[in-house]
Amino acid sequence: MMKLRVPLLDGPSTSAAADPCGLQSLGVGGALVDSFPLPPVQDLDSFEREVVEYVKPNHGTTTLGFIFQGGVIIAVDSRASQGSYISSQTVKKVIEINPYLLGTMAGGAADCQFWERNLGRQCRLYELSNGKRITVRGASKLLANTMFSYRGMGLSMGTMVAGWDEAGPGLYYVDSDGQRTKGQLFSVGSGSLYAYGVLDEGFKWDLSVEEAIELGQRSIYHATFRDAASGGTVSVYHVTQEGWTKVRGEDVGELHFKYYPQPERHPCNSVDPLAA
Amino acid sequence: MAASLPMRATVPAAGSGVKQHASWSPYDDNGGTVVAVAGDDYCVVAASTRMSTGYSILTRNKSKILTFNPKCLIASAGMQADMETLHKVLHSRHVTYQFNHRRPMGCQAMAQLLSNTLYHKRFFPYYTFNLCAGLDEQGRGAVYTYDAIGSYERVGYGCQGSGKELIQPVLDNQLKAASPLVLPAQQWLSSLPLEQAVDLVKGAFVSAGERDIYTGDDVEILILTKDGIRTDKLELKRD
Repeated sequence: MMKLRVPLLDGPSTSAAADPCGLQSLGVGGALVDSFPLPPVQDLDSFEREVVEYVKPNHGTTTLGFIFQGGVIIAVDSRASQGSYISSQTVKKVIEINPYLLGTMAGGAADCQFWERNLGRQCRLYELSNGKRITVRGASKLLANTMFSYRGMGLSMGTMVAGWDEAGPGLYYVDSDGQRTKGQLFSVGSGSLYAYGVLDEGFKWDLSVEEAIELGQRSIYHATFRDAASGGTVSVYHVTQEGWTKVRGEDVGELHFKYYPQPERHPCNSVDPLAA
Repeated sequence: MAASLPMRATVPAAGSGVKQHASWSPYDDNGGTVVAVAGDDYCVVAASTRMSTGYSILTRNKSKILTFNPKCLIASAGMQADMETLHKVLHSRHVTYQFNHRRPMGCQAMAQLLSNTLYHKRFFPYYTFNLCAGLDEQGRGAVYTYDAIGSYERVGYGCQGSGKELIQPVLDNQLKAASPLVLPAQQWLSSLPLEQAVDLVKGAFVSAGERDIYTGDDVEILILTKDGIRTDKLELKRD
């Protein structure tokens, strides 16, 4: 049976914690992460493509994050779809890695959930062996290294790692191709184009905290309006020196009435402008 | 584990190297529907017992539920062989857990274990669609839904398998509460009385049986409360 071995790119933090709780001998701890059985087929690529047709993993998202004068804002929708079926409207797409670090979720839900939970474990291990919190730069690099070691295996993940460390606010984009980019403003997912439209138009460094939260919420709302694979509730997080707090959680249905008190007057409803 | 057993996917050819049948697929859909509804102090879990392949019914009496203890079980639809393997793996992990911790596994722990077990086979997935259900630490009903590779979420009610497109909208209509993501937080667990929840589940299965060829024969119903597990059976049409 072929096995994948990946710890070569992991930092010293993983090896330093060589089975502190005796979990590995039970197959509970790292052992589970370190080896994934592969199918006994010759053409792995076409097998994985076929598998996607069978198991239809959860997909589809709009997420965004930006740094401004008052910290970092992260905003996400909550829809997951399997093909054209909406499998959930209540997905938690912000993964709370620790009180100072957030990860967002776009692409395969299982890939994001599993590897960001794994990242949380790595960050905790770093804290334990170094006596200080990991930087956003370090955390995003751990995730990017993991992703790079699985490059070409068909993982699907587009994530932002956001947080606050001694260098101030941090925001990184990491994806399953192994790309890792530092930035001030990102939007990821099928609805990102729509979110960028609103976000770029409204973004200023000097935004007040309340304005920034509102901009994040409005950008996601408009993405859910145009992108069929995004929807549910809009959640907004704010990261400061004291760590993150969830500041908004509102149903898209309610937001529609907030932004358009008279939805029937919305230009989408194609009222004939020439009619009296 | 099954993955380390000798596999027959590749067949050595007489002459050169290894050859593989062009149209061979390791997967088969055996159908079936599973439903779970959580309440304030109960959890109702139901699963159809028909097992099919294509248009053929293989058996009318195949249980899809694995009960670990009075507060935790899983129900799986999809491919029977993978379901059997998955249940075997989880059962053995539960036995080991009890030896190590001297207590049965809680629902939350089992939910995470199932997620990890599914993701462990990320590149050769179990073709199963699961619900983990039971009672949480506070005695409230708990339902967790999964995709085939282990993404999971706690919900108030859930449905998986061939009849999910038929049943899930009915449950949404009858039970949908505020999203757990809204701020300020609102009550998101269904507050239906137990008997009404059982009737709702039965009604949903009768309807699905009318329109889904893979849902029929019998429905096995488990009702979890603080007093233990009560079972019930619903007979559907056998056509």
